[in-house]
Amino acid sequence: MRLSGKATTLLVLMAVIAVAPVFFPSSYYYRVGSLIFVNGLAVTGLVILIGYAGQISLGHAGFAGIGAYACALAPVHLGLHPALAAVLGAALSALIAFLVGRPILRLKGYYLAVASLGFGILVSMVLSNEAWLTGGPDGMAVEEMGLRAALKAIGIDLSNTQFWYAFSGLVLVIGAWLALNLHHSPTGRALRALHGSEVAARTVGVDVARYKLVAFVVSAVYASASGSLLALQNKFITPDVAGFMHSIEMVTMAVLGGAGSVLGAILGAAILTTLPQVLTVFQEYEQLMLGLVMMLVMIFMREGLLPSLARLVRGRGE
Amino acid sequence: MPELLQFLLSGITVGAVYALVALGFTIIYNASDVVNFAQGEFVMLGGMITVFSHAAGLPLPLAALIAIAATAAVGVALNKLAIEPARGAPVVSLIIITIGASIFIRGATQLVFDKQIHRFPAFSGDRPIAVGGATILPQSLWVIAGALAVFFGLWLFFTRTLTGRAVLATANNRIAAQLVGINTNYVMTLSFAMSAAIGALAGVLVTPITMTSYDVGLALALKGFAAAMLGGMGNPKGALAGGLLLGLLEAMTAGYVSSQYKDAAAFVVILAVLFAMPQGLFGRKSTDRV
Repeated sequence: MRLSGKATTLLVLMAVIAVAPVFFPSSYYYRVGSLIFVNGLAVTGLVILIGYAGQISLGHAGFAGIGAYACALAPVHLGLHPALAAVLGAALSALIAFLVGRPILRLKGYYLAVASLGFGILVSMVLSNEAWLTGGPDGMAVEEMGLRAALKAIGIDLSNTQFWYAFSGLVLVIGAWLALNLHHSPTGRALRALHGSEVAARTVGVDVARYKLVAFVVSAVYASASGSLLALQNKFITPDVAGFMHSIEMVTMAVLGGAGSVLGAILGAAILTTLPQVLTVFQEYEQLMLGLVMMLVMIFMREGLLPSLARLVRGRGE
Repeated sequence: MPELLQFLLSGITVGAVYALVALGFTIIYNASDVVNFAQGEFVMLGGMITVFSHAAGLPLPLAALIAIAATAAVGVALNKLAIEPARGAPVVSLIIITIGASIFIRGATQLVFDKQIHRFPAFSGDRPIAVGGATILPQSLWVIAGALAVFFGLWLFFTRTLTGRAVLATANNRIAAQLVGINTNYVMTLSFAMSAAIGALAGVLVTPITMTSYDVGLALALKGFAAAMLGGMGNPKGALAGGLLLGLLEAMTAGYVSSQYKDAAAFVVILAVLFAMPQGLFGRKSTDRV
């Protein structure tokens, strides 16, 4: 069995999401699960940017921040329904990614890293400094989405954590499905071509600048949706969601699991989201362990966990 | 006018620190093509180890020396344990490795020492010196003099010594350097040691002004990285110019615009510079790195 098949990936993902609750001893695990799905969504977007197109961004938390604060602010100031606010946030993120991406994506490697990092920091700085609007570093409350109540009215009664587990799981599956479709589309092929060699891609007629921008905008929308989900689920949001460390976490999750594969990246999200929960017992050692894991995986499994393991399994079979 | 002078003075002090951090980035980048995000942790270690050695009863100069030597050892360990095994890995992986290293060092520091904010006494007292209506701390003069001394020393090292030229040769072309008999692994080790020592020195010099704690490294690394990029990656002169420019920019923004957005100014300018000149201010020269 090869893990690269689109159907396999989706089936594995859906099966894990559906079956995992059987083993949950308490509602706390639903909460951790939904956090994994929220992070997994952002990371799936980064698979498109890093894994498909070979670009890097150290500022994608900025888009998560835009998505999150759209859900917090639009219902209060524009009277929008929180779900529509999430759509507005995604549209805004796409627009900003389009405007920022144009000049940024001409840069390469470390220069692209610092430019995207600068963008992310600017967003988080605005969010924490404009306290009159965003509540500053203390954060602000987010309205209830109301979908759970609607489900209850038609007879599906879920607890809060169960609802968010199911809902973010569903969104993640849709996100993964779209990303996998993109992989096999002409656009996906163009992205992978420019990843391999920009010059070669240009020679065969790929509009390199345009396709990089497409990957950047799409991944920004994923990050924004992830930020919105987080805000709606927590009903509270702080500027940390847009912070530099969040950007780093996202990229690390993607690369740790294997940025080339959607399933691998989601595995990375699962590991890095669970790790701090497990390590709360040894809170003193949390940073030490996190740093160590990041270094070890990158040194010994350069392609990330899942592709490296898959290769190991395949290698043994042959 | 005194106001402007005051902002200039504080900008140059901060800028000198950024320039030292940027210089550390540059040295490692030239030797190994790695941008070391743990650079800020070297500055933190320099300050923290001095604080605790001094508190243990050692005289300040000795404590500072121990801190610089210990940090240099950490730099060498970083190279041997994390960078060398990952040679040839893609940029994203290297970024994650060095960020992992910085988180690791932060975690270890917090375990070995503590999470408190510390300082030690300034080298020549805390009485401000009046300069044309503005004032400057004696320690600021130490920072500026230290930065100048490091740049002058490095210039001598790179132009007057055989080892220095071997480092330059390695930076230019690793394989060609190996072919003429340069031990490039030694050059790598030396570069990490120097870079860490310079970072630690910056930490020792600036701690009496800014104080230190286990988590000051990240912000410094980001600023130093930005300064190095501003000047053009891999160019020591660019690091000096980028650092000073960034420091002045922050001081002017804090003074005339908004102290909340002083960090923003730096990144706005970097974005603008990169858009106009994708290779940084001194980037042209980076084709044959100095």
